[in-house]
Amino acid sequence: MEKLLLRNIGVAASHTLATYQSRGGYAPWRKVVENMKPEQLIEEVKASGLRGRGGAGFPTGMKWSFVPKDSPKAKYLVCNADESEPGTFKDRLLIEQDPHAIVEGTLIAAFAIQSHTAFIYIRGEMVFGATRLEEAVAEAYQAGFIGKNIFGSGYDLELIVHRGAGAYICGEETALLSSLEGGRGWPKVKPPFPATHGLFGCPTVVNNVETLAALPWILERGAAAYAAMGTEKSKGTKLFSVSGHIARPGVYEVEMGYPFKKFLEEDCGGVPGGKKLKGVIPGGGSMPVLRPEEIEKVNLDYESVQAAGSLLGSGGVIVMDETTCMVRAAWNIARFYAHESCGQCSPCREGCHWMEKLFHRIEHGEGQQSDLDLILNISGNIMGNTICPFGDAAAMPAAAFIKKYRDEFEAHIAEKRCTVRG
Amino acid sequence: MALEFSAETLKKFEATVARYPKKEAAMLPVLYLAQQEFGHLGPEAIAYIAKLMDQAPARVHGVVSFYTMYNTKPIGRHHIQVCRTLPCALRGAERVTDFLKKKLGIEPGQTTADGRFTLSEVECLASCGTAPMMQVNDDYYENLTEEKINGILDGMK
Repeated sequence: MEKLLLRNIGVAASHTLATYQSRGGYAPWRKVVENMKPEQLIEEVKASGLRGRGGAGFPTGMKWSFVPKDSPKAKYLVCNADESEPGTFKDRLLIEQDPHAIVEGTLIAAFAIQSHTAFIYIRGEMVFGATRLEEAVAEAYQAGFIGKNIFGSGYDLELIVHRGAGAYICGEETALLSSLEGGRGWPKVKPPFPATHGLFGCPTVVNNVETLAALPWILERGAAAYAAMGTEKSKGTKLFSVSGHIARPGVYEVEMGYPFKKFLEEDCGGVPGGKKLKGVIPGGGSMPVLRPEEIEKVNLDYESVQAAGSLLGSGGVIVMDETTCMVRAAWNIARFYAHESCGQCSPCREGCHWMEKLFHRIEHGEGQQSDLDLILNISGNIMGNTICPFGDAAAMPAAAFIKKYRDEFEAHIAEKRCTVRG
Repeated sequence: MALEFSAETLKKFEATVARYPKKEAAMLPVLYLAQQEFGHLGPEAIAYIAKLMDQAPARVHGVVSFYTMYNTKPIGRHHIQVCRTLPCALRGAERVTDFLKKKLGIEPGQTTADGRFTLSEVECLASCGTAPMMQVNDDYYENLTEEKINGILDGMK
């Protein structure tokens, strides 16, 4: 498989303009500005089948097409570099080692919607990453790729790198926009969608780092080349972040549709130390865990993982072996969501903390058997009853851990201690 | 004595605000400037920023209190933030925290008496492939072992 997202990783000074340009960088951007109309560009990206890589998998070209072309308001393009989904670290790799791919992708997307002001919103903790992006943006300005009258075309574009300040919820696009407006990271009800009512009420598109980083290659080689890879509904390649009890953790670029079990055992080296696999989360901490027998026939694409009862999400693959206490794992994730809830919606604000307390008392030997159905009940009452998908993100894993490992939870409660780790 | 930006920081403030389509959008970077200048964002700092940004102090406080990286109280010179989320927990994050608690003699949320270190547990820092790990001020330290931790911290004044 030809790498496209990771093609510059490992190359000396890959983060510099000189290296990036020597490998073909910014030629696609020039082609876009000098030879393409926005409508053409949108059609090309639609034809590629590129889907959003932040977690939702929405078709990128279609999202761009929702921006009203004739709106008199300013239009904004925002690169979502707020990577915070547990188990996900693929955007960080690109940010630190191939920032120009992200910059170029951001410029291309901005042109598609005819935005003249673009932002890269990067989580506050990634200080080194923000520095790399700022340097890349400065180089691009100096080279005339950003600014006024780019390539003499009359098209103006400004690009601002904006740091967040520590809040997982700001990865949700409407919360990101609330934060970018200078406020608390509170999600907003959709509809209306950012495409019509986004930043300051203006048409806005928010795209993930990985989605944008794929654009230069797609523009260089053509939509057909991208669509030739992957499956019928999941085109192209995707980055997977692999962590936990695995021999070779790291970021992998995989053609969509690749068998999950083969990926874990061969490409990632399998579970080390002669231990057996106990469970694996395929798409980041918000996704339901899968038991080993459930991944036998699963392929790494949106449809196959969904059919197995989980979701591809961010591609954050978290591997757990037989030494893992699933009660403690469930508590850990519940604690994450309790901490990160923005607090707006009662089901989420109250439900997340309630679930965390229940998992905590079970884990610490003070649970009751009725706690399990109570957690399932709370989870069910959160799902679909919140302003944003965070509620679902907290509810799904809680229910999945209990459903998939109920025996272990019941034993842990009955014996008032972990029965796995002793 | 009322807190205020130095002349140099005031220039940075104005340059920052100028980058955004609306002044209010500059709130997060302005708060970073203030935290750097004043050390932490207590009530006086918040009142000053509120005036600079033409906003109510309550609103500024609302923003400051929402995000983890703004400190409303002083912290140590080196803020040790150990990731505790599942992928790091699977690779020994709890042992790292226990080791640091013993080494520094403090609990998470506390600062050493000499003002050198503050210890915190934080959520996923997007470094799961090199777990366990910690962030100290601006820098990530990955693939931690006890030996490495000693090497990192012993050099920090």
